[in-house]
Amino acid sequence: MSALGTNLRVVRALGLRSIRQTFRRPQLLAPIVVFPTILLAIQTGGAGSAVDLPGFPEVQSFLQFMLAGAMMQSLMLAGNSGGIAFAVDIEMGFTDRLFAAPISRFTIVLGRLAGTAALGLFSALWFLAIGLVFGAEIESGVWGALIAIVLVTASATAVGGIGAAIALRTGSASVVQGLFPLVLVVLFVSSAFFPVDLMIEPAKAIAEYNPMSFIVEGIREPIISGVHASDLIGAVAAILGIFALGLLLSARALRHRLRVG
Amino acid sequence: MPAIEVAALERAFDDVKAVQGVDLEVAEGEIYGFLGPNGAGKTTTVRMLTTLLLPTAGRATVAGHDVVGEAREVRATIGVALQEAALDPLMTGRELIRLQATLQGLPGAEGRRRADSLLERVDLSAAADRRVGGYSGGMKRRLDLAAALVHEPRVLFLDEPTTGLDPVSRKTIWEEVRSLNDDGTTVFLTTQYLEEADQLADNVAIIDGGRIVAEGTPAALKADIGDPHIRLQLEEGSAAEAERALGAVGRLLPAVDGETVMVEVSDGAAEIPAVVRALDEAGVAVGALELVHPTLDDVFVAKTGRHIPTDEDPA
Repeated sequence: MSALGTNLRVVRALGLRSIRQTFRRPQLLAPIVVFPTILLAIQTGGAGSAVDLPGFPEVQSFLQFMLAGAMMQSLMLAGNSGGIAFAVDIEMGFTDRLFAAPISRFTIVLGRLAGTAALGLFSALWFLAIGLVFGAEIESGVWGALIAIVLVTASATAVGGIGAAIALRTGSASVVQGLFPLVLVVLFVSSAFFPVDLMIEPAKAIAEYNPMSFIVEGIREPIISGVHASDLIGAVAAILGIFALGLLLSARALRHRLRVG
Repeated sequence: MPAIEVAALERAFDDVKAVQGVDLEVAEGEIYGFLGPNGAGKTTTVRMLTTLLLPTAGRATVAGHDVVGEAREVRATIGVALQEAALDPLMTGRELIRLQATLQGLPGAEGRRRADSLLERVDLSAAADRRVGGYSGGMKRRLDLAAALVHEPRVLFLDEPTTGLDPVSRKTIWEEVRSLNDDGTTVFLTTQYLEEADQLADNVAIIDGGRIVAEGTPAALKADIGDPHIRLQLEEGSAAEAERALGAVGRLLPAVDGETVMVEVSDGAAEIPAVVRALDEAGVAVGALELVHPTLDDVFVAKTGRHIPTDEDPA
């Protein structure tokens, strides 16, 4: 078997392990599904009349607006959970087993990201299903849903790269776990839960340039109105930027880990 | 070609030199024991030889491949079972071995066949679909060993494979290591247990403070320390009388107390009759007699001035 074929099989095997690990460890799954679902229910039930505010985008319901935010929260926490699981692997020495195998060591990072991507896909399907069950419509139909699914999956992978880099650099699950509140801060200063136009300064200025806002809008627009090239390009650019940063930091952290042992 | 060749290997962590100029050579097909107390540099050396850690100086080859320049070739040749069995408690034993087979590039069907065969070999077939978190310490070690063997490595690194195990589990691992070695696998085994090195290893290196302080076969190392001695517990007669009688038989060792006398005997057990006769003629009665051979601990003491403490010693 070619080296590429072997590495692809390893990525698949490590991705499957990562998924199994998440579903067998409830504390990794809860932030991805349970917390965002509860927050979605609370926000939709408690702030539904926000849609009547002047300047709020034209939406069928607050739930329809909030779906993208819930997916964003879920995918970011999937990246964080992936980082925690990776750090746990480092702490218990499991990554030594992987590093001692005759494969490209970056394959180990890609395997972890493959698992995070699958969780992103799961998250997208879960929240789209919740939306449809509770009456939210996907305005741009099947294609819009597919675009949202692809963007959520890709974003989870990109954010997972940052989580993997932090795990590799620190080797500490508690440090990665400690970033959990930061994830929420980044989300709250984006358009995930509230339209940027209705924010006040300085949150508004931060949200306008927050890459997460670009991703959220890319996911949200196909749900609440239709597919717009500018939103799509902005989301893809933000995802690629985060993905490139994650890979760069992971590669550096990997070299550091092998140097310090 | 030696299976492992190490020259002036060093590893420093900031100002601390964990390994300082280690030289060693392991022949193809031998069991090489790397003996030393905790913190002596055993694991750091193994991590460098298994390409998990870069040396700060020196050179090492495993199966003819340089551990720095040809790391991937080294990793394709070796099996590694590291200290504290690095296993995912959420995986089943079968999942772990199959994952290891994939990591080693075995095709799916071959990987599944090897996994089944290895689980059988280490007597874990019945527990193969249970999560590793529920395994006993001995089961975890056996699983770790099986995982290290999935690609039939030429050189197997075992880092303290029996630390913390009960005597029965320890013996099981020893038998498996012997069996692997009989099949031609070179084994590099680190241990803090003297008996383990003595029982298993063809050659032993004793490491302390990051430096090798002695190397050779267990028998040669012990022979260097001196001949065996006979330890006599006196029942009747004084130590002085006994020592006078035994002076002609062998070299007297410093007395431990007034009732125990020790005499070095070059021919070991063959000299017991002469010792008994000499004491009998002097009218000294012996309550107990023991032939004591030098141990690797004696070697360690001779080289470092202290005993090897193990994890099982009381603090």
